[in-house]
Amino acid sequence: MTEKEREILMKHYLNPKNRNMPHDNYEKVNSRNESCIDNINLYIKWNKDILEDIVFDGEACAISIASTSIMIENLIGKTKKEAEEYINNFTKMLQNEDCFLPKEAEIFKNIPEARKICATLPYIGIKKAILKK
Amino acid sequence: MNREDFPLLKQDIIYFDNSATSLKPKIVIDKMTDYYTNYPANAHRGDYDLSYKVDKEYEEARELVANFIHAKNIEEVIFTSGTTESLNMIVDGFFKNLLEPGDEVLLTTSEHASNILPWFRLSNKKDIKIGYIPLDNHYYVTLDNVKNAITNKTKVISIAGITNVIGDIRPIKEITKYAHEHNIFVVLDGAQMVPHMSIDVTNLDIDFLAFSAHKMCGPTGVGVLYGKKEFLEHLEPTILGGGMNESFDNPNEIYLKDLPTRLEAGTRNIAGVIGFAKTIEYLNQIGMDNIHKKELELRNYLIEKLLPIKHIDIINIESDSGIVSFNVNGIFSQDVAYYLNKYNICVRAGNHCAKILKSSVGIENSVRISLYFYNTYEEIDALVELLSDYDKIVKEMI
Repeated sequence: MTEKEREILMKHYLNPKNRNMPHDNYEKVNSRNESCIDNINLYIKWNKDILEDIVFDGEACAISIASTSIMIENLIGKTKKEAEEYINNFTKMLQNEDCFLPKEAEIFKNIPEARKICATLPYIGIKKAILKK
Repeated sequence: MNREDFPLLKQDIIYFDNSATSLKPKIVIDKMTDYYTNYPANAHRGDYDLSYKVDKEYEEARELVANFIHAKNIEEVIFTSGTTESLNMIVDGFFKNLLEPGDEVLLTTSEHASNILPWFRLSNKKDIKIGYIPLDNHYYVTLDNVKNAITNKTKVISIAGITNVIGDIRPIKEITKYAHEHNIFVVLDGAQMVPHMSIDVTNLDIDFLAFSAHKMCGPTGVGVLYGKKEFLEHLEPTILGGGMNESFDNPNEIYLKDLPTRLEAGTRNIAGVIGFAKTIEYLNQIGMDNIHKKELELRNYLIEKLLPIKHIDIINIESDSGIVSFNVNGIFSQDVAYYLNKYNICVRAGNHCAKILKSSVGIENSVRISLYFYNTYEEIDALVELLSDYDKIVKEMI
């Protein structure tokens, strides 16, 4: 991981976007990894098939929190189809395949292999929400 | 002390996760290899020399354990796969038949999942009430709180001798005395207690005890269920099969063997039990009182070093065991564990299977240091040095 990538990660960990925000009438999904103690709730507001707003709360490691913050920033405003494409690309990137990812998500490309599961934490929840839609 | 006995300690590793499992001395590993290599026969079932040797060593192990916990009778010691299985057998084999709807079981919020979930299941199946003995300001159990929690429906108190997050030693003897005066059974989860201090089940007068070999320098997959003989006689086997039956012809004619064999169906973890016997001999040689004393000295040293560090919040400053739980301000416990791992220091992060403790402590996750007699002041110094530099933790945790 480069120094620049580390800086981005720490920025999102120490001051995550969209954390602990109001979420009245939002749809709630839980994200947790079986192998660790990370535990995050995502709250989603759909406008037809557009992800109008997403916020989160919970406890998790630095990589999971940063990944959640970045994912949410990148997904807000996307349609269901665009979101699915983004999620697929993120998964491919973690499997070391070439693909395009917007803003900041690419920092997880170079995290240690054993920690990639941490970066996937919020994606477990958002996939559940999209499946339900 | 005794560091040279542990092969792993020859490597550059600092092991502070002894409440999860302990390291194994070479003498125990060698004993199990000897069994597998030189006399790998089954127990109880052979008329030949190898099997006789296995039989003899397996039963000698039982006697060693009985003496170790000061049981009155050897057949009060049942070998299981661990504390979890022992506790499940106590709940499902004994109390499930004894308790009536409306009866109450008292636990505490700091119990391990193994001492909660079997009771929860029984509670759902038989309408048994679950009550909790309140913890005091230090998250301790006091006799007064036990007295206040008991109702005329209370039939069982099931608690840990030492808890795995707070590390407090419960006043078991006093609790048992009071409980028995009120016809209440006492079940002791000894997983964190038996490895760290001497225990006398006869003196404490407890009714059932469960503990694991692997937390006390022994093999994984071996544990003990102790019960007073008059109660074990009524513990219905939760598993039936070979070795434990006398004869059977049809569903109405099943005759089981006497204790302890009746409660040990199937081929047992023979290598584990024989290895465990070696473990007991090893611990006896060091002396349980010496082990407890050494752990307390190490703990006091660790607390003294951690207290001045402003960014560290210790959850259990006062405690009489080798467990210290803490958090680093603003940093998730698992990130602290990852950071220490970079320096080959093994610590545990999380809720440590005490998932309802958060209702009492208000903290869900923590970093846990759990010491054993082979840890050293130098290891603690290395840990404290790494923890004292907040910027370094933040910089290196990922």
